[in-house]
Amino acid sequence: MSSTHRSTDGPVIDIRSLTKAFGAVRALDELDLEVAPGEVHGFLGPNGSGKSTTIRVLLGLLRADSGTARLLGADPWHDAVRLHRRLAYVPGDVNLWPRLTGGEAIDLFASLRGGVDRARKAELLERFDLDPTRRTRTYSKGNRQKVALVSALASDVELLVLDEPTSGLDPLMELEFQRCVSEAAAQGTTVLLSSHILAEVEKLCDRVTIIRGGRAVQTGTLADLRHLTRSSVRVVTGGDAGAVQHVDGVHDFVADGRTLHFTVDDVALSRVVSTLAPADIRSLVITPPTLEELFVHHYGVHDADVQPHAVATGGAS
Amino acid sequence: MSTLTRPRPVAVDPAGARGRGAFVGTARLLRFALRRDRLRIPLWALGLGGLIGYFALVIPVAYPDPAALQTRAALMADPSGAFMTGPGYGLADYSFGVMIANEMLGMLAVGAALMSIVLVTRHTRAEEESGRAELVRASVVGRHAPLTAALLTLLVANLAVASTVGVALVANDLAVADSVAVALGVAMVGLVLGAVTAVTAQLGESTRSSSGMAGAVLGLAYVLRGVGDAQQTGGSLLSWLSPIGWAQQTRAFVDLRWWPLLLGVVLAVLLVVGAYALVGRRDVGAGLLAARRGPADATAALLSPVGLDWRLERTSVLWWSVGLAVFALLTGSLAQGIVDSFESQPQLAAIFGEQGQTDLLRATMAAFLGFFAMAVAVYAVVSTNRLRREETEGRTGAVLATGVSRHAWLGSSVAVTTLGAAVLLVVNGIALGVGAGASVGDASLVGEFALASLAYLPLVLCFVGLAALGYGLRAGTWWVWLLLVASILVGLYGPVLDLPEVVLDAAPFGLVPAVPAEDLDVVPLLGMAAVAVALLLAGAAAFRRRDLTA
Repeated sequence: MSSTHRSTDGPVIDIRSLTKAFGAVRALDELDLEVAPGEVHGFLGPNGSGKSTTIRVLLGLLRADSGTARLLGADPWHDAVRLHRRLAYVPGDVNLWPRLTGGEAIDLFASLRGGVDRARKAELLERFDLDPTRRTRTYSKGNRQKVALVSALASDVELLVLDEPTSGLDPLMELEFQRCVSEAAAQGTTVLLSSHILAEVEKLCDRVTIIRGGRAVQTGTLADLRHLTRSSVRVVTGGDAGAVQHVDGVHDFVADGRTLHFTVDDVALSRVVSTLAPADIRSLVITPPTLEELFVHHYGVHDADVQPHAVATGGAS
Repeated sequence: MSTLTRPRPVAVDPAGARGRGAFVGTARLLRFALRRDRLRIPLWALGLGGLIGYFALVIPVAYPDPAALQTRAALMADPSGAFMTGPGYGLADYSFGVMIANEMLGMLAVGAALMSIVLVTRHTRAEEESGRAELVRASVVGRHAPLTAALLTLLVANLAVASTVGVALVANDLAVADSVAVALGVAMVGLVLGAVTAVTAQLGESTRSSSGMAGAVLGLAYVLRGVGDAQQTGGSLLSWLSPIGWAQQTRAFVDLRWWPLLLGVVLAVLLVVGAYALVGRRDVGAGLLAARRGPADATAALLSPVGLDWRLERTSVLWWSVGLAVFALLTGSLAQGIVDSFESQPQLAAIFGEQGQTDLLRATMAAFLGFFAMAVAVYAVVSTNRLRREETEGRTGAVLATGVSRHAWLGSSVAVTTLGAAVLLVVNGIALGVGAGASVGDASLVGEFALASLAYLPLVLCFVGLAALGYGLRAGTWWVWLLLVASILVGLYGPVLDLPEVVLDAAPFGLVPAVPAEDLDVVPLLGMAAVAVALLLAGAAAFRRRDLTA
């Protein structure tokens, strides 16, 4: 993997008003998605929101009902084979031929894509701690997932399409996976990472698209998206600071003796601090908004019901 | 509320209770197993009992008088006849009962054995492989309970088979004691092979290896008694090394003796004791034989859709070859006998060809090539339908997400199936030719039959095309099977059923020239090839246009 990929000038993935129905169910409803070259793009949504359907359209496995989808500047349905030599795909649920060994399955997928890099394969097997001599019948879900990951990462491609790739991996292997994706991104590989694990997306992705009910509800950089939500504040004061609840931009105010919890719009932060200052601040913790809050915000839970500290994730920083 | 925080008292298991709990939960597991098999067991029992009923109807038609039965007895006296059936007690005075004991007992016993192997595997190793056994064993269930429940289910199933077989025999006016001996003989073989499976289930880690080893034992048991019975009438020492031999050595309907059945009971008990000993020595889910390792890297031959398909298909081609070769070889070895007996039986001659035909041997063998080609057509449809499982289990999507086109994927599957079918057809011809050539002393039959058998390839390809079209259209498989089964039934029974000549000639298997008895007429073959290609192209076009399901 010494080469860098910066071959396409336009977007690597360009989806406009994509619609796909299965019978009466509209799996994709006018979906838009744009991924720029070299970008690690998070594709977030709950189960059944249409993430896998989008990816399967991009892979030419499903045919769109309406709208356009362009992949690396070409049509994913008509130019499927040509495009597939330039990308590697890892499904969320990997099924393998039970009688093949893990090593054989890795070689098979890699070579059907273009070629096997034996040195790279050996390195990845080591990093993911996978025994390639066992029949895939005896593999756990996590090990089958590793087969697809090793095969994809051992292929020299411009685009990685990863559909919930870490389901079944233990936390150590997840870290290894994140390192691998970071390395690929550093080489200029474009990555589309579908996930519902926010911590993973926060760590890896430059930009994020949130999908719900087959529609993109939000897209932008993590910083862009964070502006859409509020920081949460926990403050302990010596004096009475109750007045802060009346500051414009403060929400969800809860007082517990001298300890106050509330959320605040970023624009109101300085007003809040100046209101608190005279009340003898003993401790002040301001937590930046997490993607989790944003997620909850967009998935039907009403704003007022959200207690920010109750939904904090490991990815909050 | 301090009582809530006090630790819950833990009763320490007294040392004396060890071992007694090993069978806890057996009754409940047994009820559950019988519930899971509430359809399977009755179906096996009715199927095996029904086989006797079927022959009770057919045999009097085929062999209307004692003289006709004696011609059959003559076939059974032949070593090849004895190899296929039994030791040949009572050949001098062949009756329906003697015939059942000599020819059908072995078949019924194999049926009961297959039922038992599948049953014991399903309730032991398959449960462990799927991980369900772990859940069960983590509840109040003793170490030996799952195996005990499986063995009791085995007993119930074989008693059910014995009942239907016994009732079917007695209902046909056969002596009660001898009927019971035949029925118990069948059940005894089932129990012994079930007990063998209880042992093999402890050895391998997978369901396949467990039932595979037991299946190999069954095959060995049949061949041992076959060779033994072929060596001398009444069987030799080798016959006595096989549980199937013991069942046949009861000499039912000739000179009944019961004690050979005891050999089976003793062996089954010993095997069960061994199985319990092995259960105590291993972990849940583990086998005593380590799972075999494989290569860490793929060979170049695997790395293409055709290479992958061949890899997935070759084991199945091998087993079909072995099965068909055995049948064709044995059928061929009866060539001289068949020719002799058909001369005295016009109604059988009607099935196998026109009486006035100059070369009765070739006509008969050409008909058999047609029968075996029907089996190859079944193989071809099964093999093509594997595409469906590849897709629903998500592997097709993973392959098509690489640089493989849909046409290449479908095409390589069809190519491998065609290759497999061609191999099987040639195997049929060679095996039939070897058998017949040895029987009548004409080695040239081998090459002649091998080529003649390939005449069925275009027809087999038509069924591949139908199955591929059904796959491309995402239609059900039933109509392909319906067409195939209808073609087979007309091909097999059309002549007996006095169907109009038009129907017989239009039926697919009737369209193929009956080489080597007839001249090779290429026109119908080219027509079939054209139909097959058209079906395949339509299937490929449909597959290219549709969504993948998984």
